[in-house]
Amino acid sequence: MTVTGHGKGSIYLTILVAMVLAIIPLPPALDSFRPDWVMLVVIYWVLALPHRVNVGSAWLAGLLLDMLLGSTLGVRALALAIMAYVVASQFQKIRNFSVWQQALVMGCVSLLGQLVIFWAEHLFSVAFLHYRLFWTSLTTCLVWPWVYLTLRRIRRRYHIR
Amino acid sequence: MKPLFGRGPSLQLRLFFTVLVSVACIVADARFHLFDSSRVYMNSLVSPLIYLANLPKQLVGGVRTQLRSRESLMDENDQLQQQLFLVRGELLRLQQLTQENQRLHQLLGSPINLDARKMVAQILAVDSDPFVHQVVIDKGTLNGVYDGQPVLNDQGVVGQVLSVGKTTSRVLLITDASHALPVRIARNDIRAIASGTGSIDELELKNITRNADLQEGDLLVTSGLGGRFPMGYPVARITRFAYEEGKPFAEVKAKPLAELDRLRYLLLLWPADQGKQPILAAPSAAMATASAATTTEGAP
Repeated sequence: MTVTGHGKGSIYLTILVAMVLAIIPLPPALDSFRPDWVMLVVIYWVLALPHRVNVGSAWLAGLLLDMLLGSTLGVRALALAIMAYVVASQFQKIRNFSVWQQALVMGCVSLLGQLVIFWAEHLFSVAFLHYRLFWTSLTTCLVWPWVYLTLRRIRRRYHIR
Repeated sequence: MKPLFGRGPSLQLRLFFTVLVSVACIVADARFHLFDSSRVYMNSLVSPLIYLANLPKQLVGGVRTQLRSRESLMDENDQLQQQLFLVRGELLRLQQLTQENQRLHQLLGSPINLDARKMVAQILAVDSDPFVHQVVIDKGTLNGVYDGQPVLNDQGVVGQVLSVGKTTSRVLLITDASHALPVRIARNDIRAIASGTGSIDELELKNITRNADLQEGDLLVTSGLGGRFPMGYPVARITRFAYEEGKPFAEVKAKPLAELDRLRYLLLLWPADQGKQPILAAPSAAMATASAATTTEGAP
């Protein structure tokens, strides 16, 4: 069975869409509730196709996000790689959870990622622990079921395996 | 079931390598600033995504202007005409004052404070990292923007250009925790350094002695000492001046005059003594030449 190359475009496209969503301007009131879109999409693909999307691809996505946000190069790459590792090493368990249980796991993983970002920024520059970090994890958790269902539909429609 | 990770290194090994490379990147970027020269290419690489993300907002803005009634437009036009009239009137006096000032400077034998060239830039309202205060603007090396260039708006100093791409650049705001600029109190010329605090509406003056003549409400203007910001532009107003017993310095907070959380248009400044020039691209040429024409008054 040839696996390589099939549906690669769709995977990249969904990740790029997530990046645009991550920087799209929002009213300041909603801004702190913005879910971590890139993390959601990358983690979905890690969960669904761990043999194709895992630590390396997550790292590259994070590096691109760093360039996009103008933060210290490698901060989000590090966080995404660690998050991808956590999920990829437990993907069989997580796959068998119900969607809401998965959402809970995603909330925790996202919190871990946010803390890694904070910690990495804090080591070399000035960063403050802000409560919006927890809001991000919360909305990421709440949005997961819809991301999951949408991406699963895309994956089935285009037979990405 | 397909074998997981049949090819290539194991998951742990991948994590190990990526963590290693990330940490190397972070250290190289944050400590040794190795990527500063390649930021231009990175910014250019991702600028299509930034423009794409800004598209919905532009569309909404476009639709909104299309839907505005003739009446409201005429009202606004009237108001703007009146404002322009008033500003023109002020300008008459300003030109005369500038000339007089230059003559006096010449009499004193001190260097003439030349005016700067300006260009209007729009913010691509892109949300950045929450730990840093930056905005992305729609002008880049193609317009002559350079690293460290001062950025203002009509209310006061906003920040300085941090990194430039071909068509976009990043502006570091004065409230960023890594930013500081030399200021003086307009009332009595006391010098100070206004550093950002990481909170969007607060600056901090450090190392101010407790008996310094500062008051709440004092205006801070750029002192021109760092060589980066030209002299005399308003920066902030002091909101708090207090001291605790036993501490050597007073606690001084100030609020930036520019509303940094609701920026829309910015002014890029080319100070005359920097020897750099704006490159006028077609769309913004009208604006820039208009302002350039008014600002390049020769010495009398």
